[in-house]
Amino acid sequence: MSAVGDHRPPRVSPLNDPRVRSIAYQVVLCAVILFLVWGAVDNAIDNLARARIASGFGFWNATAGFDISQTLIEYSTTSTYGRAFWVGLLNTLLVAAFGIVFATILGFMIGIMRLSRNFLVSRLAAGYVELIRNLPILLQLLFWYNAVLKALPELRDSILIPGGGFLNNRGLFLPQPVAEPGFDAVALAFVAGICGAVAYRIWARRRQQRTGAQAPVLMVALALVVGLPVVAFFAAGSPLEFVYPDRGRFNIRGGIEVLPEFVALLFGLVIYTAAFIAEAVRAGIMAVSHGQTEAAYSLGLRPGPALRLVVIPQAMRVIIPPLTNQYLNLTKNSSLAVAIGYPDLVQVFTGTVLNQTGQAVETVAITMAVYLTISLVTSLFMNWYNARIALVER
Amino acid sequence: MDTADTMPATARRAAEIAFVRAATEEPLPPPLTQSGAIGWIRENLFSTPLNIALTLVSIALIVWVMPPLIQYMFINAVWTGADRDACLVSIEHPVVGACWAFVRERFAYFIYGFYPISERWRVDAFLAMLVVGIVWLAWLRAPRRDIGAAYFFVVMPAVSYILLSGWPLIGLSKVETSFWGGLLVTVVVAAVGIVVSLPIGILLALGRRSQMPAVRLFSVIVIEFVRGVPLITVLFMASVMLPLFVPDTWSPDKLLRALVGVALFTSAYMAEVVRAGLQAIPKGQYEGAMAVGLGYWQMMRLIVLPQALRVTIPNIVNSYISLFKDTTLVFIVGIFDFLRTIEAARIDPKWATPTTSTTGYAFAAVFYFICCYLMSRYARNMEARLATGHKR
Repeated sequence: MSAVGDHRPPRVSPLNDPRVRSIAYQVVLCAVILFLVWGAVDNAIDNLARARIASGFGFWNATAGFDISQTLIEYSTTSTYGRAFWVGLLNTLLVAAFGIVFATILGFMIGIMRLSRNFLVSRLAAGYVELIRNLPILLQLLFWYNAVLKALPELRDSILIPGGGFLNNRGLFLPQPVAEPGFDAVALAFVAGICGAVAYRIWARRRQQRTGAQAPVLMVALALVVGLPVVAFFAAGSPLEFVYPDRGRFNIRGGIEVLPEFVALLFGLVIYTAAFIAEAVRAGIMAVSHGQTEAAYSLGLRPGPALRLVVIPQAMRVIIPPLTNQYLNLTKNSSLAVAIGYPDLVQVFTGTVLNQTGQAVETVAITMAVYLTISLVTSLFMNWYNARIALVER
Repeated sequence: MDTADTMPATARRAAEIAFVRAATEEPLPPPLTQSGAIGWIRENLFSTPLNIALTLVSIALIVWVMPPLIQYMFINAVWTGADRDACLVSIEHPVVGACWAFVRERFAYFIYGFYPISERWRVDAFLAMLVVGIVWLAWLRAPRRDIGAAYFFVVMPAVSYILLSGWPLIGLSKVETSFWGGLLVTVVVAAVGIVVSLPIGILLALGRRSQMPAVRLFSVIVIEFVRGVPLITVLFMASVMLPLFVPDTWSPDKLLRALVGVALFTSAYMAEVVRAGLQAIPKGQYEGAMAVGLGYWQMMRLIVLPQALRVTIPNIVNSYISLFKDTTLVFIVGIFDFLRTIEAARIDPKWATPTTSTTGYAFAAVFYFICCYLMSRYARNMEARLATGHKR
């Protein structure tokens, strides 16, 4: 007879023990993955040896020998592949940075227009969003590049841009600002203005918490950041010279030359991403319940402050996560530059360098690592930011 | 009179006093400026000075864009012609708009690519099978949707493969994938993405929520890695690295490599969509399933996934929309999809005119817009249907 107080678990066959099973499954999974990886590496070594392709990162310091149409840093055909990598990466970051700024501005405008009580305005914005979101970005890029920019007039019929710029099928030519001695004072004033604005904001906030009195932070900050450099600029005797593009018969000298590929890529990315940002903005503002607005009005806030102090801070909490996603998407979509020939990271590295060296594994891996790093850093930052602004509930 | 005697006293008194109204007067109609079309216009377009300005700017924008667009696309368009001469500026056509004759002449090329002309019925049959499958699954009250799912995910892919690439044993001659092109390739890439990504996505999502650390780690690495890089690099990886990783004799063809890349990419995104659905299922459902003695796979198949997938249908359709738009990227790794055929036809000297490019892109835009718009309407309808369950 078994003891009444015996509470030992009943004996199960190890086949049915969840712990044993789980370990067995994991061992099988790891074995399968290891086998696949080993097989892949084995094949790769075999295939590479047969195709006589070197492996390793030795090519990094070899001479590249090809030219790149847009370089932000010193680069020539005698530079190394490593240098070409940095040129490509900087070009990617350049288009991404400009794209993010313009897409945010346009996206917020369209998103707010969609919520307008004016029927025409909201319909126009809705039409824009529907149209742009339902067309592939590659199609849009090809359209901007081949059908719009390539169809621009020739050099001698250039479209004149007010202020001394030209637009033709070779790109956009703008006056180049050149700093003369004494411009340092303006830069210094700008830095001082930013520091002053930050200090003023801290002081205003402390005073508001102590006494409740509000200070015109925005106006003062604007005056410091914009006004101070302007004053310094004129005090130093306008130390800025513009080099205007000079249109000859066959080419244009001087000024800043913006490649048509860059313009097309920027246009396409901004217009595409703005449609998605507009939706995020609309969703964010709609997510703030109407009771919040009413409560703000009943406290005596006027529509402006109610929007600025009550609605927008709550809407931003909803808007920012999808907004960051869109920034990442824009950066990733900038890799479509390869379709229209803008020398971004993918075009330079996975395109030209891969073709010249044949080292597919290394080049693709480096390119992926770059994008992966950008994504992971952004999402780490976002997690930190989200945790900071998340609602603290009871 | 009799009636006067039977009336209650108050009513009788009211009848005597002539100026007290017994029945309610009909309400007056609202003033004309507050109702109807005029009222609507005042309310919606001209309520404040800012609103008036916005309305005027909007009207100016519409007047600026629409008439030239309609003129270009329809009124000045060239509808018939045999080659580029029809779409060049001439005495009969002083202004030339869109060159639709170009689209008409190259239409078969846009649909079939270089697929042999005598075998094109096979493509038609494949497209018909696909439409049947989509309608069967998308129409919620269709009969026997379980058979529909089996058809869509198992029977159709197998039959399509035999049909399109050929099987000499049953009299279908072999057609290399390098002859495939146009709409056919776009649809094949999208269909493979749709059919493959859902099951793999579900497995990855379950793996990510698994109790087993090795399984979870593997799923997280795959999902986050793929989601962190652009599709174009995944396609490059598939097209240049895949041939290195498999034995020399396999040498997967170009289309297959791109399909592997697209399937991998879409699966990772699908996994996150499904995971969101899994997280929306209350814990009680899992516990209830375990309490009645279901094993893990039974629990998932019978209790959790049916509910989770149901609430994620709109998101699944949305990720199919992205997939459909992303199919255009196979263009870059050298596959003749729909956009690539347009790009190739556009620069063909036979049709090269100043308006050919715009016409080609407009045609592509109409095609992609209709497909994506229909899918997004479907997703929105599903969302509205699902939302009714939570209404009080």
